[in-house]
Amino acid sequence: MTKQHKAVALISGGLDSMLAVRVLQEQGIEVEGINFYTGFCVEGHTHAIRNHDKEKQKRNNALWVAEQLGIKLHIVDVIEEYKDVLLNPKHGYGANMNPCLDCKIFMVGKAVEWVKEHHKDGFDFIVTGEVIGQRPMSQRKFTMPIISEESGADDLLLRPLCAKNLPETKPEREGWVDREKLYDFHGRNRKPQIALAKQFGLHDFASPAGGCCFLTDKSYSDKLVDLWQARNSREYELDDIMLLKVGRHIRPSEEFKLIIARDAGESKFLEGYRKQYTSLHALSHSGPMALVDGELKQEQYPLAAAIVARFGKGRSAEEVEIDIATPDQQRQQIKTAPLTADEVLQEWYV
Amino acid sequence: MSRQQLDARRMLCPMPVIKTQNQVAAMQVGDEVEVICTDPGALNDIPAWARINGHSVIDTVQDEDEIRITVRVGA
Repeated sequence: MTKQHKAVALISGGLDSMLAVRVLQEQGIEVEGINFYTGFCVEGHTHAIRNHDKEKQKRNNALWVAEQLGIKLHIVDVIEEYKDVLLNPKHGYGANMNPCLDCKIFMVGKAVEWVKEHHKDGFDFIVTGEVIGQRPMSQRKFTMPIISEESGADDLLLRPLCAKNLPETKPEREGWVDREKLYDFHGRNRKPQIALAKQFGLHDFASPAGGCCFLTDKSYSDKLVDLWQARNSREYELDDIMLLKVGRHIRPSEEFKLIIARDAGESKFLEGYRKQYTSLHALSHSGPMALVDGELKQEQYPLAAAIVARFGKGRSAEEVEIDIATPDQQRQQIKTAPLTADEVLQEWYV
Repeated sequence: MSRQQLDARRMLCPMPVIKTQNQVAAMQVGDEVEVICTDPGALNDIPAWARINGHSVIDTVQDEDEIRITVRVGA
């Protein structure tokens, strides 16, 4: 009896990986999905912390794609391991703090480990939705062999959407898949993918403009670099990188930064951190929750309070009472005039 | 059959899903795990994860601050 070969596919939640799997399913190949969570992944409901995004669909696109394809999905926490990828990328960063090529090599390498662990279950090769020329850093003609080689996948890495532009891989050579039924997509033009999606009857899919990672975002990357500079260390924990996604970040001093919620949804989210961070909120007026990242000295309490007062309903009042609570819930109330818009200096905004 | 609890409060998705997945991997068919979380994204993600991996959500309780989702482990 001929062995049924199975593949594991890197599922980001976008259209390309979805199509890559679908192309193989057309050939009768059984596929399971794998998705890596670095902490920097853009999720629909990460944004939904904010009020105005509440109506956005709160779905995890990778799970949604897996369900559309009828495949299992394994979500893997790589937060700790990913730190080395971000901090020491052999191939450098893209336009922002995005180490895209090293990231892809890392993820394919993790998939190689997964295949080795599951070889007894029939898993032999790895699939990605990569397309030559699709992304400026990681998906280029010369990066394709680098990813295959440095990940350890070698010729067990199949890219069904652009396979015809690349040398034959083992699954094609051995006849596990039919190369003739694979594709030769290239470049940034999305029309071939859209047409193929239509052919497969796929009408609803995510098309993230900035990719699926916060590190490609300039504003996010600026906040990350600011955090590292302020701490004089590039160490980070998951809470640090989650908080970079939330609120206004205002640094009036080298010693501390205020994270000020922009709406009730963010205030509620920040409240969850009150046992870890010093927090501020207005007592006399309604206003946002704010956290202090860094060290807030006693002599800086009035400045921090006046800034937080500026962003609440009391911004035009003569005086606002602000409650300051340390993580061990030692509290102090300060009555202050809110800063004016001009007094919150532009260079304080991270 | 065992019944376990998993505290995923304050975690943002997909962490509650990952924690559920890892706990379920060590459980037997028919066992149940009650996942306590605060991210409303879990209301969508844990059932979606359960459906595609052959498990079932048998109860969902939501109050103002917490969501409790009970998953029964499938084959």
